[in-house]
Amino acid sequence: MEREHVLVALVENKPGVMQRISGMFAKRGFNIETITVGPTESQELSRMTLVVKGDERVLEQVQKQLNKLVEVIKVSDVDPNESVIRELCLIKVHTPDQHARAQVVQYAHIFRAHVVDVSPESLMIELTGDSDKINAFIELMRGFGIKELARTGTTAMQRGAKIIEPKK
Amino acid sequence: MVKMTGGKAILESLKRHGVKVIFGLPGGAILPLYDDIYKDKDIRHILVRHEQVAAHASDGFARASGKPGICMATSGPGATNLTTGIANAYMDSSPVIAFTGQVARPLIGNDAFQETDACGITLPITKHNFKIMKTKEIPQIIKMAFKIATTGRPGPVHIDLPRDVQSEETDFDFEAEPEMPGYKPTIEGHPLQIKRAAEIISEAERPIVLAGGGVIHSNASPELSVFAEMLGSPVTTTFMGKSSFPENHPLALGTIGMHGKKAANKAVTESDVLIAIGCRFSDRSTGNVQYFAQNAKIIHIDIDPAEIGKNIKIFVPIVGDAKRVLKSLIERLKEIYKKGKTTAWVEKINQFKKEFQPKMDYDEIPIKPQRVMKELNSIIDSNTIITTEVGQNQMWAGHFLEVHHPRQFISSGGLGTMGFGFPAAIGAKVARPEATVIDVAGDGSFLMVEQDLATCVLEKIPVIVLILDNRRLGMVSQWQELFYGGRLSATLLGESPDFVKLTEAYGAKAEYVTRPNEIRPALERAIKSNEPYVLDVIVDPKEHVLPMVPPGGRLDQMIG
Ligand SMILES: Cc1ncc(C[n+]2csc(CCOP(=O)(O)OP(=O)(O)O)c2C)c(N)n1
Repeated sequence: MEREHVLVALVENKPGVMQRISGMFAKRGFNIETITVGPTESQELSRMTLVVKGDERVLEQVQKQLNKLVEVIKVSDVDPNESVIRELCLIKVHTPDQHARAQVVQYAHIFRAHVVDVSPESLMIELTGDSDKINAFIELMRGFGIKELARTGTTAMQRGAKIIEPKK
Repeated sequence: MVKMTGGKAILESLKRHGVKVIFGLPGGAILPLYDDIYKDKDIRHILVRHEQVAAHASDGFARASGKPGICMATSGPGATNLTTGIANAYMDSSPVIAFTGQVARPLIGNDAFQETDACGITLPITKHNFKIMKTKEIPQIIKMAFKIATTGRPGPVHIDLPRDVQSEETDFDFEAEPEMPGYKPTIEGHPLQIKRAAEIISEAERPIVLAGGGVIHSNASPELSVFAEMLGSPVTTTFMGKSSFPENHPLALGTIGMHGKKAANKAVTESDVLIAIGCRFSDRSTGNVQYFAQNAKIIHIDIDPAEIGKNIKIFVPIVGDAKRVLKSLIERLKEIYKKGKTTAWVEKINQFKKEFQPKMDYDEIPIKPQRVMKELNSIIDSNTIITTEVGQNQMWAGHFLEVHHPRQFISSGGLGTMGFGFPAAIGAKVARPEATVIDVAGDGSFLMVEQDLATCVLEKIPVIVLILDNRRLGMVSQWQELFYGGRLSATLLGESPDFVKLTEAYGAKAEYVTRPNEIRPALERAIKSNEPYVLDVIVDPKEHVLPMVPPGGRLDQMIG
């Protein structure tokens, strides 16, 4: 069954790793929905989160092909039900009048989003959450007019004691 | 600690890995390294006439010897000329280490003269690549390159060398071991999977072994023979697996696939357990996958986990080195295997083999290529290495030639690169000077690389090129005749060149061969001469490679 999978990869913190991974995806025809990368507690490691669409067979191939890359140290398939999955979104909404402004602020409040910038014509909202929450908020904002939108892509961490760490 | 230039550090590191030969062609961005090569007394550098030849020759060297092959080129066009050879090595999992010069570090990214992003270009066609930005890291990077190229599933590694890295002085520290936390190939098969596989195998009544190139890479031919004989199981090979199992063995079926043996394709289709070892189920091997071994439980042994389940559904996967896994399987089966289950099956297989004997004893003029294969078979011995070009020549060789020893048959399987066979023959001959090396060539393919006859003459590399001269891009014209209404779009090569005169211009020997009974004497003269030799065998241009599985067709429904 085709669905979105969240993969976390620990990779060596070396130049070109991102290129190797995106190159592999392009070459194999896999679809990446989002990919994020950042440092970890160790200087030698970066952590990536990839959201990939496909059935079980595609997922298996993606994991195996990732593992084949010399600089990829570990790949984990993260169960969304047992993990915190977050994305950050900045959205600049058209608010030409008092009424629109008040409504947007109210919606932002309901979504636990923050107003982070104000100008005479617009508000900038910062929102974190899973993709569903962010999508829902974006849909709401469309009615007002979205001037600009930036999303970071998904990052994820398993709940509880489980830790994704390099193989020993 | 000893101080030396980066270039010397490279050569020193190569020598400590046992390297004695480099194939290459210099240029501006690799001048410092070539200056160190000039001063070096232990390394033989073979100057080629085109970098593609350097890459293929190092590949041929690797396949003939099992040791990594080294090639070298300058930046920019030198690097791009290498890429066909690197891609070829990648598709066939050959341990090639390719070095390219690069513009000096301060110039990188400025579109300096002859700058290309060589690592960017080789990224999808290498197992891994490196750009050396710190001169002192040379020994460790070269260590990693050898480890990556030769362990696990072998494959090419590319190293890009900025010009100033080659000339910079550095402390040479070979002792430090590099760390590769993400690189740990699985060698031993999982005991549980081996147990499961052994149980299924011991129940099999119609087993068949499908041996791929991985058997050759892991030097597992002796184990393969023991295994097959123990089970009384017929063995077929993929095109890349050809030579992994003696083709005169009573259990041998020859190759499967699009241009494989009818008996082999039929046997695979009728088998109840298929034990695939070191192969990747390429479309050329399987035909329509839906019908591939549809009655069989498939056990797949491969060192690359990503190959398992990639193209075919697998019943028992075993990740590991072919040799080790076969050894464990043999041990396991010794306890539980009862002989005699396969007698009826082997009889049937022998029936298939009798029924589908390919005809080779043609006397016609122009010569039929099958006859050339028959004559070749009469001179092939354990000291012969056959390389092939790509096209009909390759498929005739794959189908009809009988080889019995691993690394005896070297061909471009995955990429299908015209112009591979001749350079590969050069590499094979350099690796094994005592062997007779024959490139079974097509005229079209040979013309892509013939300039390196000069290399053979000057470096005294006596390879034999046997051209099946049909004045066509034969395989393409075959498809046009079979599937495109006979419209020979751009596949007739015409009467130029004269291959004998061409060869003679390089100072090598050549003869025309026009009659079937001249083939063998000509081959014998060529072998005896111990000089580079071209046999221009004029063959029937209308002949097709048959039987064949039409594209998308089923293995057991071959035409012709
Ligand atoms: C570099 C390259 N270009 C094009 C092809 C496509 N192709 C496959 S077989 C073939 C014909 C080969 O002709 P020749 O070498 O004369 O061999 P023949 O088939 O006649 O034996 C061609 C053009 C290829 N495989 N490789």
